[in-house]
Amino acid sequence: MRLLTFKHGIHPDYHKWFTREKGIRKTDLPQMVVIPLKQHLGAICNPIVNKGDEVKVGQKLGDNDAFVSCPVHSSISGIVKSIGPYQHPGGDMVDSITIESDGKDEPFRAHRPPQDISTLQPDEIRNIIRETGIVGLGGAAFPTHVKLNPPKEKQINTVIINGAECEPYLTADHRLMLERSEDIIYGIKAVMKLLGVRKSYIGIEANKKDAIAVILKGLEKEKDADISVVSMKVKYPEGAEKMLIYAILKREVPAGGLPMDVGVVVQNVGTTIAIADAIQRSKPLIERVVTVTGLGVKRPGNLLVKIGTLFSDVIKECGGLKDGARKVLMGGPMMGIAQYSLQVPVVKGTSGIVVLVDDELKLEKTVPCIGCGNCVKACPMFLLPTRLASYTDHDMLDKADEYGILDCIECGSCVYVCPSKLHLVQLIRLGKAKILDKKRGKGVKK
Amino acid sequence: MENIFILGLASMGGLGFLLASCLALASKKLRVEEDPRIAMIREVLPSANCGACGMPGCFNFAEGVVGNEVSISGCPVGGANTAQEIARIMCVEIEGFQRKVAKVLCQGGLKETERKAVYYGIVDCRSASMISGGEKVCEWGCIGYSNCIKACKFDAIYMNRNGLPVVDEDNCTGCGRCVEACPRNLIEMHPPEVMVHVYCKNHAPGKIARKICKKACIACKLCVKPCPDNIHIEDNLAVIDYSNGFIGDRICTEKCPTDSIVYN
Repeated sequence: MRLLTFKHGIHPDYHKWFTREKGIRKTDLPQMVVIPLKQHLGAICNPIVNKGDEVKVGQKLGDNDAFVSCPVHSSISGIVKSIGPYQHPGGDMVDSITIESDGKDEPFRAHRPPQDISTLQPDEIRNIIRETGIVGLGGAAFPTHVKLNPPKEKQINTVIINGAECEPYLTADHRLMLERSEDIIYGIKAVMKLLGVRKSYIGIEANKKDAIAVILKGLEKEKDADISVVSMKVKYPEGAEKMLIYAILKREVPAGGLPMDVGVVVQNVGTTIAIADAIQRSKPLIERVVTVTGLGVKRPGNLLVKIGTLFSDVIKECGGLKDGARKVLMGGPMMGIAQYSLQVPVVKGTSGIVVLVDDELKLEKTVPCIGCGNCVKACPMFLLPTRLASYTDHDMLDKADEYGILDCIECGSCVYVCPSKLHLVQLIRLGKAKILDKKRGKGVKK
Repeated sequence: MENIFILGLASMGGLGFLLASCLALASKKLRVEEDPRIAMIREVLPSANCGACGMPGCFNFAEGVVGNEVSISGCPVGGANTAQEIARIMCVEIEGFQRKVAKVLCQGGLKETERKAVYYGIVDCRSASMISGGEKVCEWGCIGYSNCIKACKFDAIYMNRNGLPVVDEDNCTGCGRCVEACPRNLIEMHPPEVMVHVYCKNHAPGKIARKICKKACIACKLCVKPCPDNIHIEDNLAVIDYSNGFIGDRICTEKCPTDSIVYN
């Protein structure tokens, strides 16, 4: 099979051996969960339970009527202890619901009965996806029902399932493909029926040959659906939406555009499993697979974690931190967010918890740009990272906008190759924040 | 030979004369009348082109004054003297000019506040605050990466050893660029005569506030009792109302257990 890929990109050390052979294991029931009312991109939910209420597993805790929003559900049964601001792993304080477990893990009764896609209408499937609170589980956490509701003028003709998992260390999607291939195929069929699409691809990086074999075997039974598995070159960021579309279909998403502009919808493998769970088992999104890994963890593994479990509990489950553990990241080392406390909850977008040790952290001094152009060669979006960063540094925001700063996907490839160790992505993020403030009509803070 | 020399001299001289008379004619006919007052006002302006008046530069401000678009006392940098001079040029009387200086309303330096993490990245307050709210535990206080100092064109702010920006009130021209630069909105402009300020923006309840910073306002209301007309508590923070000309009194600050309200 010819390996598909995109132009530019980098080859970091993958470090996947920590957890790639470790099967998904369930964690113990946590004593307490903290469920942020905002675990997705879009409007924050309004709580619909009160302090002191008794809640069951899968009961809806908050919802919002805004189009880009989706509800959150309780992942354990117990009593609502408090509702108020709590540290979110994304970095802000977000209103959250703290639930203390009663240890019974009782399911919520008012669920609809399990259904099957053969009897469901497209709108019904979309409604189920919204009501079960499914978001993109790759990390960005964009509400899935919004993604699956493209405007009429955008004709969708292909669905791409993202099994690339190009981020170093993480193996959650890999394990899911090995262990739950049937649900993945079921979820793909649901998405295809919803969108009325005939063709779909599952893109998997070539370092996961076992996963490719398992999915191909699963597809043998599905003669009527046109689903093909494509093997892709091992390169970062192969799993970024726009890179994936280019690699598989050779279609380029226009600047400032979305995949739907080229007739494509991309879903993560984890999301398809959540969709299958929602339809077949009427289970809302209350747990997800998290890769807990890195040299700083005693027993790395892939864990099925209830949403809202604190990082400290998850790490305790993995034998705790080793001496010398220094930096905890939510997500992978390339795009993950550093945490200063372990008292933050796992949210829908937590694909991994990576703990790095002292020796791995190379906090090198930054020196001025030497103009080598490595970042330009690495940038998968064909931008000029050093130029964008220096425009931001000199407060030339119009120029930065003109040079496409808003198209940056913040993958970190430029920083990885920079010999001067410049904080390019940080500067670009600052520039993006300032430009977006300006566009929304707020005063620009320097 | 001599002929060519004279011919060249005559033709070039003639051409020069012709073009010069064209220019002379053009300068008379196509002359743009500029108000002489614009040039005079420009002379008295500080020429820093800082933009504090809201115009792009000093020339535009001068134009605006002559065109009656901006106030005569609109240049905060030049202060009262410049306003007086401009008023003389424009032949009008001015109302009282209020000089204002910047006040950094946070005392949570390195000694007073706890740190929750080590920040490693670009030296920029907003960037630091975008990652989990910066290094310090207090989410309202000074981040300490000197955006205000970079914004100041008059060297009126410097960083002290405690990691807090200090305003040099003699140099401060009141242009307000630092106010815009602070992502936490900690800098405010006040007349130098006003003596009492609450140097805290912490909205956490007293118990938590005391834990995260030694000099935080804990909303104990001990300052409200002596000065009930001018100080009130709003969202766990003492707020001073300056609207009725209150410039402060030592009594208001004496009881403060954390020294967050200061007379100076």
